[in-house]
Amino acid sequence: MILNPGILALLLGSSIAFLMLLYAAGLGLKILSAWDPQSSSEQQLLLERKTWLVSTIVNYAFGFVVLSGLLFIYTVEDIHRLFIGAMCATGALNANEIGWLVLLVKIILFFAAALWVSLNRLDQCTEDTPLVRPKYIGLLLLTPLVGLDLLLQYSYFSGLQPEIITSCCGSLFSLGNDSVASDIAGLPPAPTMIAFFICGGLFLITLVLSLGSRQAIFRYLLFFASVLFFFISLLSIISFISLYIYQMPTHHCPFDMLQQNYGYIGYPLYIALFGGCFFGLLPGLCQPLKKNPSLKREIEKRERHWLLLAFFAIVVFLAIVAWPILFSPFILLSY
Amino acid sequence: MARRLNILEHALSSLLRRKQKNLAIIVVYTLTVATIASVLFLTQSLRSEAVNVLAAAPDIVVQRLAAGRHDLIPIADAEQIRRMPGVGKVEPRVWGYYYDSLKKVNFTLMGVKDSPTNLPLLQGTFPANNEQCTLGKGIAEAYGVTIGDSLVLVDSSNSSKLYQVSGLFIADSELLTNDLILLQEAELRRFFKLPDGRATDLAVEVYNQREVATLAKKIKLALPDSRPIGKTEILHTYDTVFNWRSGIMLTLFASALIAFCILAWDKATGISADEKREIGILKAIGWDTNDVLLLKFWEGLAISLTAFLLGAIIAYLHVFFYGAGLLAPVLQGWSVLFPQFNLTPAIDLYQLFVLALLTIVPYIACTIVPAWKTAVTDPDSVMRS
Repeated sequence: MILNPGILALLLGSSIAFLMLLYAAGLGLKILSAWDPQSSSEQQLLLERKTWLVSTIVNYAFGFVVLSGLLFIYTVEDIHRLFIGAMCATGALNANEIGWLVLLVKIILFFAAALWVSLNRLDQCTEDTPLVRPKYIGLLLLTPLVGLDLLLQYSYFSGLQPEIITSCCGSLFSLGNDSVASDIAGLPPAPTMIAFFICGGLFLITLVLSLGSRQAIFRYLLFFASVLFFFISLLSIISFISLYIYQMPTHHCPFDMLQQNYGYIGYPLYIALFGGCFFGLLPGLCQPLKKNPSLKREIEKRERHWLLLAFFAIVVFLAIVAWPILFSPFILLSY
Repeated sequence: MARRLNILEHALSSLLRRKQKNLAIIVVYTLTVATIASVLFLTQSLRSEAVNVLAAAPDIVVQRLAAGRHDLIPIADAEQIRRMPGVGKVEPRVWGYYYDSLKKVNFTLMGVKDSPTNLPLLQGTFPANNEQCTLGKGIAEAYGVTIGDSLVLVDSSNSSKLYQVSGLFIADSELLTNDLILLQEAELRRFFKLPDGRATDLAVEVYNQREVATLAKKIKLALPDSRPIGKTEILHTYDTVFNWRSGIMLTLFASALIAFCILAWDKATGISADEKREIGILKAIGWDTNDVLLLKFWEGLAISLTAFLLGAIIAYLHVFFYGAGLLAPVLQGWSVLFPQFNLTPAIDLYQLFVLALLTIVPYIACTIVPAWKTAVTDPDSVMRS
């Protein structure tokens, strides 16, 4: 176990977020069991007031979940120095394999939490709050996920064994980690690059079509384009984007770009990718909700905003990717 | 947007209207932040100091172990290591510790043959003969001597010897040379009664940093009684020790954090009749629950940010201007290392981010429920009471 301040902050924050969500989930259970929008009894009034408490708690907790994702990456990046052979976050994550699971859970949590907060906003703006039941069922599913995140984080950090000089001999000879694993990963750059830019173009085209027309089909297409683009982008980051950022044909690490040496370029890159894909997913996800007239009004009021956000974020992402390809002296593909 | 700004304005003015209550919270909050921030800043700065110091350290230091203890290493071993491919210079170093019973401090005495280039001098020269010495700033200040003055040291046969100060050190980091005295190597051997042909340790230069581990293995294989220590290993150890120490400190301060949370909870729960009436009136004139929650959010944020900034500034002054007087003995933990060094400010966004999460998250968590209780106040019932 490493008692790093960042680790303490992560564990403390996650515990608080989990406890808050447990409390909110308890309230949610009560609301689910007795919710009756038609009734005007005192109990229903009380429940309606409690929905405000739940949504406040969940907003804060999920705000923290997003921040903790960033802090986790930064902390893992920071502690890599404690492991011999670790050059960046990859090494620190390899030092205890659970780290990768934590990262996965955090990515899932990011999308799930953002979706919950957006749906909650929509719902609270309507008169009849039609989404109460699905929302609270969602909350009951999300709470264990935050618990799992806390548990995995704890077992990851407590399982880390930093290498230190002991009094009898140098610790040199415990070279365990194969940092090579990350070096050989990655798809061939040329076809991946073509797929990436085609997919990015597809995303932007469906986005512009969705902006111009109200047809459902474009929103569903955009949804699939977002999912596809998200995964292709993650693969591309390992396959060729990282190569251009580091200007080195063998360096595939997706985390090094978060370091100071590369001007922290990884942060805007990942934030734009995650944000852009999320706002690209949202119109498609909300399309079925338009059956409800009050939700339809609210969704249509916001949709344009979402689409513009997605457009802006993905353009920023593509610009960050394209910049070194076009303007740096590094040439990966030639002749 | 304009609505949010208006609510923010209302939040600030309502905070100002209840100065005393909020001031109490801010003072305690600031102290909590300052304590935690001091620990974080001091650790970070000690860590970067260690990195600075070790930047000049040799890639591998080879010591000899005899019966599990550190022993003098034969200089002949240096030749054997030098013949290994990839090794640059191998320098036998002769040095030791000297305890001055008058000042009750430890110095490091080191022998030099010719001018070492990695130690920048402030003024003067390196010792040219057996009668001269070069001092670190700390020692010069402790004895009140300068170039041309004399310094008396007692050697291992308990006879005093007079040295003329020929130079004073300057270094990027004071920690490096603060307690250092340089003598001619031959004189140092006489001083400590060290046998010829043996050195305290060997400093090995390695051309390619990636080969350090392999070379250390080879050295260990060729000289089974040796202990090679790589520069990065020393850094790991420093990192781990400082992490551990600051972690322990933070864990200890957790009780202070909990006490603060209880205070915040208490203050947030105990709203006055006045405040209740205010919320009642706001709701009666058309504010809904969401607006009041937003108002409470802005209030909390204003208090948190004020306390955070003040706390961080106090911690900064405490650590970097007053040498972290309250914490240094615990965190530094070197023996009676006397240097009055000024720490180089080393703060990055990560530290501030961690600090914010450690202090603001608990505060927010314990004010949510009270804020909600206020926000759902029924205007009718409040105004009637």
